[in-house]
Amino acid sequence: MHNDKFELGGRAFRSRLIVGTGKYRDFNETRQAVEASGAEIVTVAVRRVNITERNRENLLDYLDPQHYMILPNTAGCYTAEEAIRTARLARETGVSDFVKLEVIGDQQTLFPDIPATIEAARVLVKEGFKVMPYITDDPVTCLRLAEMGCVAVMPLAAPIGSGLGIRNPYNLRIILEQARVPVVVDAGVGTASDAAQAMELGCDAVLMNTAIAGAREPIAMAHAMRMAVEAGRLAYLAGRIERKLYATASSPLSGLIE
Amino acid sequence: MIQIELNGEPYSLDAPAAVSSLLSELKLKPGRVAVEINRMVIAKAEYERTIINQGDHVEVINFVGCG
Repeated sequence: MHNDKFELGGRAFRSRLIVGTGKYRDFNETRQAVEASGAEIVTVAVRRVNITERNRENLLDYLDPQHYMILPNTAGCYTAEEAIRTARLARETGVSDFVKLEVIGDQQTLFPDIPATIEAARVLVKEGFKVMPYITDDPVTCLRLAEMGCVAVMPLAAPIGSGLGIRNPYNLRIILEQARVPVVVDAGVGTASDAAQAMELGCDAVLMNTAIAGAREPIAMAHAMRMAVEAGRLAYLAGRIERKLYATASSPLSGLIE
Repeated sequence: MIQIELNGEPYSLDAPAAVSSLLSELKLKPGRVAVEINRMVIAKAEYERTIINQGDHVEVINFVGCG
């Protein structure tokens, strides 16, 4: 179990926690939270450089791309075309060929647009991207995306930023049973036990942002998440006991004093 | 003087200029950004050779925090 590695698109990682970098007070807090989480993969978004603001700081000055795998995402894209364009730009920065593909279908729920996600994934896989799609916890969609050549599938546990935890562990179990690529729970985690639950189900990794950045003490929560993911993974590998309705005594029944 | 559109805003350059000179004018490290001209992504190796002309729509992006 010491050699338990998370393999993703031909690379191996020790940490099974992927963290976002949004919603922090400043880049310093971002860096401290990422360090406390133990994450080796961090997500970033692609945005226009602010031309008028001089002496601007860059997130990558705080998160060294030599040390972390920078995972650009297509957050904020509502069409396949926008997501493809964003991914191409992200790759040209030179940080990696990986992309977290996110095509949003609805502003209120931030649920993914499944047909548009599939369409964008098809194009990006063909262009050599290592695609990690954020998707609904629908087993058939996950299967299709994996068959298409995505390096992972990332079903949501609950809506982005909702903190509702794992709403449908049964769907996740089906996705995991059928999976031929790593399954990463992306979005919806609220607290440490949610992350542990995802790992106990057998998920390969968990991706989160708000659960850490939105906590009263983000750095402490990052540490909690690190431990939860490790504990959940270890419990999964160790194999939990069966659930039984009645008690089973833990102490020997022989040798009782009479 | 030529007029271009840079990240959605009007922007003036003294003359048609290479992508690399625009980036140095903006004090941006090429390793931290990506550039698109008229919706075509420009490869880093082409920054010296690619000239920005009158009326071009230029996008310069970088990475920001996100979930």
